[in-house]
Order: sequence, then structure tokens, then C-alpha cells
Amino acid sequence: MSIELSPRRTSMPHTDSEIKRNVIVRRRIGTLWRTLFLSCIVLGMIALGLLLFRVLNDAGGYVAIVQKVAPATLADRPLAELSAGELAAIVKAKISKNVYNRLDREQPFAQRSQADLLALIEERVVQVRIIDSWTLQESLFNRDAIEQAAKADDPTAVVQWRWWFHPSFLTEPMNSKPEFAGVRTALLGSIWVILLTILIAFPIGVCAAIYLEEYAVDNWLNRLIRTNIYNLAGVPSIIYGMLGLAIFVRTLEYYTSGAFVGVADSNGRTIVSAALTMALLVLPLIIINAQEAIRAVPNSLRMASYGLGATKWQTIWSHVLPQAVPGILTGTILAMSRAIGETAPLIVVGASTFIVFDPSGPFSKFTVLPIQIYDWTSRPEQTFRNAAAAAILVLLALLLTLNALAIWLRNRYRRST
Amino acid sequence: MSADIPPPARAGRAAGEIDLGRRARPLETVIQAILFLCGALSILTTVGIVLVLLNEAIAFFALPEVRLVDFFSTAKWQPSIGEFGILPLLSATLMTSLIAMVVAIPLGLGAALYLSEYASPRVRGRLKPVLEVLAGVPTVVYGYFALTFMTPLLRLLFGSNTVQVYNTASAGLVMGIMILPLIASMSEDALTAVPKALREGAYGLGATRFETAARVVLPAALSGIVAAGIVGISRAVGETMIVALAAGAGPNLTLNPFEAAETMTGYIARISGGDVSYGSIDYESIFAVGLMLFVITLLFNLISGYVVRRFREVYE
Repeated sequence: MSIELSPRRTSMPHTDSEIKRNVIVRRRIGTLWRTLFLSCIVLGMIALGLLLFRVLNDAGGYVAIVQKVAPATLADRPLAELSAGELAAIVKAKISKNVYNRLDREQPFAQRSQADLLALIEERVVQVRIIDSWTLQESLFNRDAIEQAAKADDPTAVVQWRWWFHPSFLTEPMNSKPEFAGVRTALLGSIWVILLTILIAFPIGVCAAIYLEEYAVDNWLNRLIRTNIYNLAGVPSIIYGMLGLAIFVRTLEYYTSGAFVGVADSNGRTIVSAALTMALLVLPLIIINAQEAIRAVPNSLRMASYGLGATKWQTIWSHVLPQAVPGILTGTILAMSRAIGETAPLIVVGASTFIVFDPSGPFSKFTVLPIQIYDWTSRPEQTFRNAAAAAILVLLALLLTLNALAIWLRNRYRRST
Repeated sequence: MSADIPPPARAGRAAGEIDLGRRARPLETVIQAILFLCGALSILTTVGIVLVLLNEAIAFFALPEVRLVDFFSTAKWQPSIGEFGILPLLSATLMTSLIAMVVAIPLGLGAALYLSEYASPRVRGRLKPVLEVLAGVPTVVYGYFALTFMTPLLRLLFGSNTVQVYNTASAGLVMGIMILPLIASMSEDALTAVPKALREGAYGLGATRFETAARVVLPAALSGIVAAGIVGISRAVGETMIVALAAGAGPNLTLNPFEAAETMTGYIARISGGDVSYGSIDYESIFAVGLMLFVITLLFNLISGYVVRRFREVYE
């Protein structure tokens, strides 16, 4: 190595003072490098902190709102105090007949709750529009400047505090106006895809791991399977997307579109195709983790079982697997959290970016959280970035929950052995 | 064999003795067959990937307007108007990966050295989760971070005239942060696998902790660390979301990291994200690019495996 690691000298130090100086210098160099190494981790921490800060910074703050119709002109009392019936009357009076009939068909007005109607009035009658938004940081420290900027944009603008991550964000579907958009469809889509993925990948992955650990003898075929699984884990996820596009979406369209059971409202770009693609993607992860869990089961257990006359499968089913289950589950959950955040393969498989209806089953079109985040982030409007930040918070919360579950399982397992 | 005649006893065995010979167990055989099929599915996946990519890529190269020579030599990539030179995509991919590795390798290695050589078990327990969280952040979130934090930062530092809104530097830097935990954890595994006796020998000769780490432990773990670097490059080449969001849409042959340029993965994501019809030249072209991507990452993965096997120092 050509880097100067310690003081270069031509001869060994001889006198006491030379030795002392040599040691001091070497120690100093050591401390310097130690600080450098530590700062590498600290830099990682700073990056993580900045990332979280950046997301939070966009998830709340002041917005400048313009209303097309002032709410005070709609009724003599504040809207929030009106009953559902009165609100419905306002809606009927203020919006066009066509739109009214369409909304009534979606859900009859008589059945809508007061909160629902209030939101509807805000969107359709008052027509709230956010013309500008500021980050959390700006909002906390520059209130006056924001007021002035908002007035300059539009004299009627009202500056208001807004958390983009609020309860109705979870329950509202996608909307072309960011101020009303939510992640309901994306969240449901994510849950559908993940559950199906696990249903497919878990049994296959565990079976493959059992085969490799308990049955496979050392021959070329099994060695090939092993190396192959490790290589598959290194294949870029977008390539899996292309495999899914060609095989599941295109070649097997008759099955993945649901045409074979009589569902015919879409092409092959369905939840099933996405789940099958994701299953192939996480399979190597599940197999490798399950293999490790099975390998960790002590051999004496197997020997004892054989000694009592159990067959190989009986031994595996009633002794090896129960011992390995916590490890296998932990690995599976980690694979799930990988699948939840995965975006690229689903872009290729054909997730939609604009869907307002809940997925109705495995053969419906879909979108997922990361796709929604991708779509919102790539739009130029700042307000969509705010919505993206809120969606990221939802995604991170989901991941955190899953990982906490994995850690809890791991700890429980450690305590019991 | 009729029912009333008892089955003939095996030679040399009296009737009534227990048969301890191997019995055929059809169920066990069926189970083993099923388990084998599950294992073999991985091979099927690989075969599927190769066949799909080859099939469509061959269809692409069989088109009369596409020439293999142009694919590797011309400098413009616009399949819809008949320009088929993959160089711009390739150069952008190499550039983002290179920037990412410049960030990830030194930082990852430094972090690994600190964790394995300096940190006490308690400090390690506190610091490692940070890297694990970094590794668990979805790539689309990193893409958001690149676009909304790194790009404005670069534009602030170098001037918004030099730095375009979409640029490879921002994507590369954030990708480096994304790959850092991978390099750190693989290198740390390699470093901790170095036997303690080696370190104690160095201490016995009067080496400081740093001299031990840099001159004894590091060289001993070098094969693992090189492998980590190669796996990191392969990950960077295949990374999609960060470049799709931050590096720009539109192939551009440039060596300026502050200019927008589209990578191979970015191109695939952009084309397949739109409504591309099967059999069109755009559709075939993403498979040609995908094949290229697959070959490159596979090569890197194979090399990394080879480096580990060939150059590993084995200690007893």
C-alpha cells in the first residue's frame, strides 16, 4: 500500500527520546485514523438524519389557500355546525346536475356522513385550491415572509397550517388535485400485492430450503441450484420486472387478466402478475434465510428422531421445522419489507399511477405505495412533493411495523433457546 | 399373487420375524420430488430470464434497421427514430455507478473498520442499527431525497447555471449513500472473520491498534472487501429508482456529472412506464438494454464470487 500509514524512517529509533517521539507520532496517527473511521459512520447517520428531516420538512407547513366561493356565503352558520341534510342541500344547489347525479350514483347523498359532505363541499363547492406551500422549516421561522409572499401571489389567499399526513390522507383515493389526494388505493394495492406475494413465495421458498438443507446430496445439479440462487439474489430487480412483463403480463395474459374465470375488465397488468413477479424476486431471499434457520437446528435433534424410528419427512416436519420456524419467519418478514419498498419491477409490470377505485380482487388493476410516491415525486408541482412526503411517511411506518415484528420474533426465539 | 397364499418369506428368514429392510415409502418419495421441484424453480427462473431477454433482444437485432455494430459504436440512442447506439445509456450508467462507488467504498470500508476493530460490543450494538435502517430505506425514498435535497444542495454549492435540475452527480451521490451499508456489512463480515491470533501477534510486536488494522487485518480480509466492492458496483448498475427520479430522462452522451443523462435502468423504467405496445421497436429495445444490464451485473457477481474463492486467505 502506498499510503503513508506511519512515519517512514530509514533506521530504527535508538535513543530513549527517539523511541518516545516515535511512539507519540504513531499514536497520534492512530487517533487521527480512528476519528476518520468513526466519521464514516457519523456521515451515514447524518445522511439518514437529513433524509428523515427532508421528508418531515415537506410533510407539514403553511399553505396559501384560495377559495373560489367563500364558505360564509353558503350558510348563515359555520358549515361544520350544519346537519348532513342541510349540507346535502347546499351541494345540490351549488353543483351541476350531471356531477350531482354521478356522485349520487357512487354513493347516495342521503347515506353520506356529515364529514364526507363537508369534504365534498370543500372540494366541489368552495373549490379550495392550494396555490403555494412552504416547508416546515420555513413555516416555523419565517411566518411574516410567507404571509407577504402569499399576498403577492394572490391578494385573496389565506395562509393556513397544514399537515399533509393526516387521517383522511389514508382514507382518500388518488386525486388529480394534490390537496385532496390520498393513498387509500395505493395502500390497499400494496397490501394485496404483498399478501399474494407471500402466499406464493413462502411455501415454495421454505420447500426449496428444506430440499437444499436436508435432502440435497453434493452433486452437480444441487451445486448448480445453490450457486444459481445466490446469483439470482444479485440480479437487478428491474430485470425481474421484464421477466414478469414478458411471461405473466403477456404470455399468460389469459390467466393473469382473470379471463379464465370470467373477469375481463383489464389486460394482464393485474395484482396477480405483480405478485407473481414479486414472488420470484423475493424467493432467493426467503430461501437463503430459511436455509440458515434450518442449518441452525442442532443435528442431535435429527439423530434422536431417527433413533426413535421416524422417517426423514416425519423428522423434518415434527422436529426440524418447529425449531426453525422463528428464523424462517424473521427472514420472510425481512423479504416482505424488501418487497413493499420495491418499485422498479412494478413500473415495468405495469402498475397504474392513477387509480381512484379500490382494488376489487386479484385480477384488478392496481397501484402501490412506492409507485404513488414515484409518480408524485416526478411531478413538478411542490404540492405533489408534499403529498409524496406524506406517502413516504406512510411507507416508512409500514416498514417500521414489519421490522419491529421481525425483531420481536427474533428476541422471543433467542429467549426460548 | 392370489390372496390365500401368504407372501413367500425372504430367503433365510423365519416367518414372523420383523423385516428391517428398506421399505418403499411412496409418500416420502412424492414429498422429496415436490421439494426438489421447488428448489429447481430457481433454475427455471434463471432460464426464464435468459430466454425472455434473448428472445426479445434477438427480435430487436433482427429488425432490418438495427445493426449490431451500430449498437456498440454509434453515440445516439433514439430507437423510435432509428438511432441505436447504446453508448449514451452505458456511459450514464457507468458515471452514476462510479460516483456512487467513490462515496460508498471509502465510507463503507471506514465504517466497517471502526465497527470491527475499534467499537466495543455496546457501541457496535448502538451503531449497527443505523446502517441497517439505511439499508432498509426503499430506493424510491432515496430517489425523492436525491431530487429534493441533493440536487438543490449541489445547485446551491456550484451555482444553478452549472448544475442542471436533473444530473448524474446527485443520483450518484445518493446511490453511494444507499450502497454504503451493503459495503460496510460485507466488509465487516470479512474483517471479523480474520482470526484474533493475527491481531494479537501484531500487538505483541508493538503495533498500535491502527497499524494492526491497516497492515495486518485489512490485507488478510482483502478478498472479502474486494468482493464487497464488486457486489456494490453491480448493485449500483442495476439501481433504478434513484436514477429514474434524479438523473434525467433522455439519453445524453456526456462526461459532465452536472448534466442530465439517462442510464440503462432509467431508460427501461421510462419506456415501460408509458403505454408501450407489444412488438413495437421501443418494446423490443428495452429487452436489448435489459440483456446488456443482465450480462453486466451477472459478470460482476461472478467475478466477486471468483475473487472470494480464489484469493481467500484460509486460517485454521
